[in-house]
Amino acid sequence: MIKPLQDITVLDFTQFLSGPSASLRLSDLGARVIKVEHKVKGDLCRNIYASHLNIAGQSGFYQGINRAKESLALDLKDSGDFAQVKAILPHADIVLHNFRPGVMERLGLGVADIKAINPNAIYGEITGYGHDGPWRDRPGQDLLLQALSGLAGLSGDENSGPVPMGLAIVDNLAGAQLVQGVLAALYAGEGALVQVSMLEAALDFQFEPLTLYYHDGEPVDRGRENAAHALVGAPYGLYKTQDGYLALAMGSIPFLGELLNCQPLLAFTDAGRWYAERDAIKTILAEHLQNQSTAHWLSILEPADIWCAEVFNWQQLVAHEGFTVLDMVQEVESPGGRYLTTRCPIRLDDQLLTQSEGGPTLGQHNSALRAEFTGAKP
Amino acid sequence: MSLPLAGLTVLEFSQYLAGPYAGLRLADLGARVIKIERPGKGDACRQLATKNLWADGDSVLFHTINRNKESFAANLKDPADVATVKKLIAQADVITHNFRPGIMQRLGLDYESVKAVNPALIYGEVSGYGDTGPWKDKPGQDLLAQSVSGLTWVTGNGDQPPTPFGIAVADMLCGTHLAQGLLAALVRKKRFGVGAKVNVSLLESILDFQFEGLTAYLNSDNELPERSQIANAHPYVGAPYGIYATANGHIAISMGSLETLCKAIDLQGLEEFYGVDAQFFERDNIKSALQKHLKNRTSGEWLQMLEQGSYWCSEVLDYEALTQHEAYQLLGMEQTLERNGASLTTTRCPIRYNGERIYSDKAAPKVGADNERIQQEFAL
Repeated sequence: MIKPLQDITVLDFTQFLSGPSASLRLSDLGARVIKVEHKVKGDLCRNIYASHLNIAGQSGFYQGINRAKESLALDLKDSGDFAQVKAILPHADIVLHNFRPGVMERLGLGVADIKAINPNAIYGEITGYGHDGPWRDRPGQDLLLQALSGLAGLSGDENSGPVPMGLAIVDNLAGAQLVQGVLAALYAGEGALVQVSMLEAALDFQFEPLTLYYHDGEPVDRGRENAAHALVGAPYGLYKTQDGYLALAMGSIPFLGELLNCQPLLAFTDAGRWYAERDAIKTILAEHLQNQSTAHWLSILEPADIWCAEVFNWQQLVAHEGFTVLDMVQEVESPGGRYLTTRCPIRLDDQLLTQSEGGPTLGQHNSALRAEFTGAKP
Repeated sequence: MSLPLAGLTVLEFSQYLAGPYAGLRLADLGARVIKIERPGKGDACRQLATKNLWADGDSVLFHTINRNKESFAANLKDPADVATVKKLIAQADVITHNFRPGIMQRLGLDYESVKAVNPALIYGEVSGYGDTGPWKDKPGQDLLAQSVSGLTWVTGNGDQPPTPFGIAVADMLCGTHLAQGLLAALVRKKRFGVGAKVNVSLLESILDFQFEGLTAYLNSDNELPERSQIANAHPYVGAPYGIYATANGHIAISMGSLETLCKAIDLQGLEEFYGVDAQFFERDNIKSALQKHLKNRTSGEWLQMLEQGSYWCSEVLDYEALTQHEAYQLLGMEQTLERNGASLTTTRCPIRYNGERIYSDKAAPKVGADNERIQQEFAL
């Protein structure tokens, strides 16, 4: 298979998660990613998380997101080191960064500087909140974006206060949007400036609840029972059973009442009320469903084409054929050893996009890159 | 403004959310997106009204995700209509669909068949769980994909039941992956002249999203993530990371040195926990002491102290406070669309191109709104 971005070079100044998730996807799709890291500290993600997640000598999260990238460790404030970056720039198709506004300009790597050296380069950047306004200098950190953008008001129930989503969702979305913009520019075949802020990505993610809010002006109400989506009526939610949890997505309430032999549900005949009366309906369902095993309920609901599923943790998932059949895990090799990680979620021409290399050690590719781009002896 | 995908034609057989979200982004970036819909009812999402909100006969949800698109009505069970659609496919650059496995084959619109008509076509497929295995016929629905993927065990506190993300996160991420795959295939087509088949699924997308934790899990004797008992915000991040109640509301406290934090908010007694390992392994003790302390003053007082101490933090806003804030208003994130007198305000594309925001005031189409024009234009 020809990977779509083979022979495309990305000069990647990003760190942490949002930017590196974008360059990871470009790498998955075939691009060469040269990751510029601070000479001493490296990408801060190398050390940021709990130390017990050390994989092949690096933070597990660094390894997860930096597979198959080349590491160039240098001090951008040092003129000799900066010259190396300048030597690579004419060969870079894409330049990425996620510094706060003004930092790249101060380093002499602003969009105008890059354009002067390489007018065809695509310059992609992620900021926290854009270049203007009262938040522009705030840290673009996932939890803070969740708190400010309204996202923390969507999960959990009304008794719980704000509930952040338990993974770095805004980082991931900002990275994903940047990839789309950069690929579109690459398709157009023109040098371009592509900008995404985490705030705009978080708002785009909420286009549905926000549009509804613009429409009716009512605050988000997550409900108080088995909450799963603030805008969707009963039975939508997760329910405790005798031995686990069951997810119920859609279904007519009286029909569920018949199937599950739950008489009180038969009264809810008006589908137009399943949103307004979701707490009452869910309370009845929750009470009823806890009396039997998950398998018991699935054996009744699935044949009746009710949209439902068992709630798994990773242990249950990874052991299940529904997971193994995906071939979602790949083994990669890094200087510190081999490790397992996930692969690119996109399949191309019915083939998986996999890689063999793991995350680099800090400065692993310094001498090779110096030799390649400046002609210095390795 | 000249948009990067100007001149591209995308045919969208996809319904609901994941596929149409990819179509929306391609439309935002300049592509012409034509929904192929069954006559009369059209995309099933037209009837899927969250909070029972409607505009000009379609659900508000449908309007938000199908703005800036056209509609061509065709009955895919009628061979004459299928023949017409094939003529359209012959002139298109991209098609997407999210029918369950086998349906496009029965219609004669599977990749092999349409490749015969248009070898350079980019063919995008969305499924719930891939096209083989025990779940291939299971409904590809967001909550179900979240539930089987393990994702419901990262949100909420440790003593709470599994908690889904309160938004269609699998659909949305899968839509971005579809758009990425289609765009990459378009780049390849331009460089190497070949078409492509692009497959994504809700499950693979939601697993990719959990790459950090899954990578840790797979390399650590299968240690499951544990949510903190108090103020959980990420099972792999130590204290103080979380949202805390104050005397009059809530504040978010991000990652950083516990020592810096304690000094900033004048909290004594946690000295023994200073250090990265303790911040993770003793997070419940730390978070509980923090929560007790933070109840004593207002959000405003704490935020001022934290900012003075250079510790990462923020207020927690609801939509009312957010939309009234200068930082939000300066983004110009809203745009208003009109159809038959019904007016709808929604969000714009989050990507800025060459320094400009991308707006489009074209409302979502009625079923078959563009049949006549498309028939003429493509000589169908």
